[in-house]
This record gives sequence, C-alpha cells and structure tokens, in this order.
Amino acid sequence: MKQAKDPGSWNPYLAGALTGLVAVASVLFTGKYFGASTSFVRSAGMLERLFVPERVAANSYFSKYLQPGVSGFDWQWMFVVGILLGALLAAATSGSFRLQAIPDMWQRRFGGRSGPRRALTAFAGGSILMFGARMADGCPSGHGLSGVMQLAVSGLLALVCFFIGGVLVARLLYGKGGQQ
Amino acid sequence: MNLLIGGLVTGIAFGFLLQKGRVLRYDKQLAALRLQDMTIVKFMFSSVLVGMVGIHLLNDMGLIAMSLKTTLVGANIVGGLIFGVGWGLVGYCPGTSLGAVGEGRIDALWGIAGMLFGAAVYAEVYPQLQANLLGWGNYGKITLPELLGINHWLIVAVVVVLAVLMFRWFEKKGL
Repeated sequence: MKQAKDPGSWNPYLAGALTGLVAVASVLFTGKYFGASTSFVRSAGMLERLFVPERVAANSYFSKYLQPGVSGFDWQWMFVVGILLGALLAAATSGSFRLQAIPDMWQRRFGGRSGPRRALTAFAGGSILMFGARMADGCPSGHGLSGVMQLAVSGLLALVCFFIGGVLVARLLYGKGGQQ
Repeated sequence: MNLLIGGLVTGIAFGFLLQKGRVLRYDKQLAALRLQDMTIVKFMFSSVLVGMVGIHLLNDMGLIAMSLKTTLVGANIVGGLIFGVGWGLVGYCPGTSLGAVGEGRIDALWGIAGMLFGAAVYAEVYPQLQANLLGWGNYGKITLPELLGINHWLIVAVVVVLAVLMFRWFEKKGL
C-alpha cells in the first residue's frame, strides 16, 4: 500500500486500522488500553524527587501515581518509550529519518532563522498541552483512541475539545486558508 | 516484568504504524488543524472503528473488561480546550512527540521538556483544582450508549456510518 508521493509511507486508513488491531490485542492479552500522558506525570515526579523527594511525596497528585521508594516505570511508560523505538525503526528502514529542528510548514511561515522561536513555542505549547491533558484526564491516546473506542462520554467530549482548541490556535498562527 | 516487555512491544508496534501512516510530523498535525490534510484524522478514526468493533465484541463475549475514564464535564471540556491550544502550538501529542523524536524531529524534544514541566505545574495546582473545577459535572464512568439508554451496537453502527461518510467526503475534497 505504498503511496506515490511519499515512498515508504502507508495509506493512513490501513496504518490506522492495523493500529486498531494492535490496541484490541493489547486489551485482550494484557488488559492494557493505550495512553501516554500519565507517563509524563510519572517522569516529572521521578525527576523532581531526585531533588526534592519530600515535596513529591507530600503532593497529592504525584502520590496517585508514585509511591516513595518505588519505581514509576510501568506498562504505559514502556509503551511510550516503545513508540520512539518503533518510529525510529520504521523511519530508518524506509529512508525517511530526517534530523530537523524547524518543521517545513513552520519554516515557510516564520522563516529559516526562527529556530529559537520554534523551540520556545514548542516548550510553551508542550507545557500548556500537558496541563490540559492532566485536567481532562487524558490525551489523544487515552481519550481519543481508548476512550472513543469504548464510546466513553469523557473521551468523546475531550476529543471534540482537543480539535476545537487546536483549530483555533492553528488559525491564529497561520491565518485563514493559505498555502501548505 | 512481562507486563513491561508487553508495553515495550506494543509501543514499538504503535510507533511503527504511526510513522508509516505519517501522522507523527508537525506538518501533518498542523495541516489537520488547518483543515488542509486530514491524514491524522483518517488514521485516528480508522483505528477507532476497528478498535470499537473489537472492544465491544470481546466485551460482549466476556473476554475483556472495559476501562472507562470518569466523565467530568467541566474538566473534560476545559482541560480538552487547554490541551488543544497547546497542541496547536507544539504540533505534537504526548505519544506522538516521542515518535517524532524517533524520526529525527528535534523540536519535539523542546515539546517533551515542556510537557514534563506542564505535568509538574499541574501537580502543584491539583489540590486547588480538585476542590473546584474537577468536581463539576461528574457523571461517573459512563458510555454514550448508557447515557442514551440505547443498545451499544446501534451506536457503533451509527459511528461507523458517520465515519465512512466523513472519509468519503475527505477523499472527494482531496483533504
């Protein structure tokens, strides 16, 4: 199912459908649903407790996910690391691995010397995104895929709001219409 | 230990498919949010359709357990909108940010650093939020079929039809 424009890529319907099968197999064999953002809470807590362990132990949010003296590495944490390895494997075997600090679309809009602005925007966006994900109790994996698959009201609500917020900001950054 | 290996293997499969479907990159994520190229929506809804049928089938057969997140209307909506704002800026999701690093997108590292920071900030304000917003509109762990009092297969069928119509529209419009 190769596409002419982009060698090595698969039809997104096929890749998506296969992902659905992987998600179902995961639930059937290990009882685990896809999710990602909780691992960022565990990682932030594990990093923070290297410096201020008492503060992390006393925090009611970190305590939901981390017990003092116990490793925070769990199924989902390994799953998230696996995403990196799987993408690396697919990119390396199809010649589509490319070191890039400024995305093409960003560069066309903000210029080739906008690296620092891109870094700052990515950091700020990442912070805002994760704050929202934890408030909503999930991200496009946990709510968007796992939640919507189960027809959970929480997942459907969150997914719609993810897109509303994203479309608004994309409109502000890039204006209406315009070239890709 | 087996659970950790299972997580790693499942993640590798997911990351492989995300990269093959070309949904990891900033350009694809923003193109969807700019309503120009719906690759990530095609990927996401294809996996949802297959997963939805599979999960409901296996659940009816008693082979699996559902794992629902509590519906908190205030938190789901406000948190979801905040997520969307950040998503439009960073152009990666928590899961896809790692995959983007895997295919060489260095700017995703800044996004990941921001995500860790955002998680730490959330932990600081959680006690205040818990007393206010997080309690609003708690409907418990509920599904759409339960909320509407309709058989789940009817909803599954409606979702499949709507998604297929959406896919056809995307292809017709070249999105």
